[in-house]
Amino acid sequence: MLKTLIFGFLLGLVGTVAAAYYAPVVDQYRESSVIAVAPNGGNTESFRINIPTDRIMIGAPGQAEPLPPGLQWPTDEKFDGVRVELFKLRNSRDTVIGVASRMVADSDQIEDSVEWVLHIPARGTFYAAMPAQSADGVSRIGKLRAGTQEFRPMQGEISERWVPKADDADPDAPDGHIELVTSFVGTFSDSVTESALTEGAL
Amino acid sequence: MIKYAAGLLLGIVLGVVAAAALLYFNPLAAKNPLSPLSVTNNNIISLGYSGVPTDSIVFTNNGESRVQPHPEKVRELWEAPIRLTEVLVTVLADSRNNPTGIGIKYSSDSEDTRLINGEALVNSAWHIHLVERGSLFVEQTENYWNFLRKIVLPAYWSSSNHWKGVWNGNMTVGPGALGTAAVTGGTGEFAGLESEAVEAVHASAYSVTQGPVAMERRLTIDVTGNVELTASDVADR
Repeated sequence: MLKTLIFGFLLGLVGTVAAAYYAPVVDQYRESSVIAVAPNGGNTESFRINIPTDRIMIGAPGQAEPLPPGLQWPTDEKFDGVRVELFKLRNSRDTVIGVASRMVADSDQIEDSVEWVLHIPARGTFYAAMPAQSADGVSRIGKLRAGTQEFRPMQGEISERWVPKADDADPDAPDGHIELVTSFVGTFSDSVTESALTEGAL
Repeated sequence: MIKYAAGLLLGIVLGVVAAAALLYFNPLAAKNPLSPLSVTNNNIISLGYSGVPTDSIVFTNNGESRVQPHPEKVRELWEAPIRLTEVLVTVLADSRNNPTGIGIKYSSDSEDTRLINGEALVNSAWHIHLVERGSLFVEQTENYWNFLRKIVLPAYWSSSNHWKGVWNGNMTVGPGALGTAAVTGGTGEFAGLESEAVEAVHASAYSVTQGPVAMERRLTIDVTGNVELTASDVADR
């Protein structure tokens, strides 16, 4: 009887420790990436934001109908030149895969700019800044400034353009969508990761 | 036969309880070390904000957490790929508590979380705009293990479902080798900045039903070599 109790105790102890070590506590849901290889190297990926359905927040002064309802934007005059928007982010298959923010600063002190941060939980986050003026009257093009996780070794460009809805007859269709297209290429590194060594990459 | 089965079951239960106690009191688990930026002579800027979601401009999550989205009618992040993500939009204040910018913080539970190592990790990123100064991007890994142990679990154990006290801790544990966050400047005076940051928490009340009730957070950013300090930045030093 005592031996059974001790066996059970050890089983419970070891089992719990093993579960805590091996069982994933967090398992982020993943959608397959929709990436195309660019002709000049690297890869391109298209993201979209349906307007108005994917818009979570518009942070700007003096809104008659704030989004979300009840939003209290700071009343201090110094924030008058800052506009912040928060969106759900979709891949080119129109599936929500992340969240994104767009920040526009209109200031006498610093150059006007449009900035994006795209946060895709299972893949990472990246930050891009682009000039306030569009290059061709249609789209803005900016540079990738920083990335995390799978975007960390990347460099490249991102473009932003507004695409109005194609079918005016469909009353349920969104007004249009913001299209973001990335063109990233990985940078080479001399360092070899531990996981690459254990997987026999060399 | 039933006697042996009961003994085995009792043993397993005791073993699970012992293992849980080992995890909770694990002496090898992450401590709360001094931030390298707290002893630096470098130029720093310090940005404070309330850790209470109802003090924010917008806070949203999957809507099923005990911390409810704010404002009430904000869209929730219920889709599967973003269910483990929270987004906070808040006013950032300088060390004199003057509003100085807007920050958006994305936080997603990290798949690197290992409770046996004392790691309850969250990958977070800040998109910050400081008015008339410029923009920054901050990438960090935060460890909430000590926060859970010292605040959240005691709140659950309390008969009033509430924790009150004083707890100070650094949340940032990476990706920098010294447990610091990575900062990238975007525009204005921060353009070209590559630096480090640390985020700290000062908590004094937590409720099981509402989440943080009284909590201040502070982001300290090293801006050496890039930025002309303002009067309040100098006060931070």
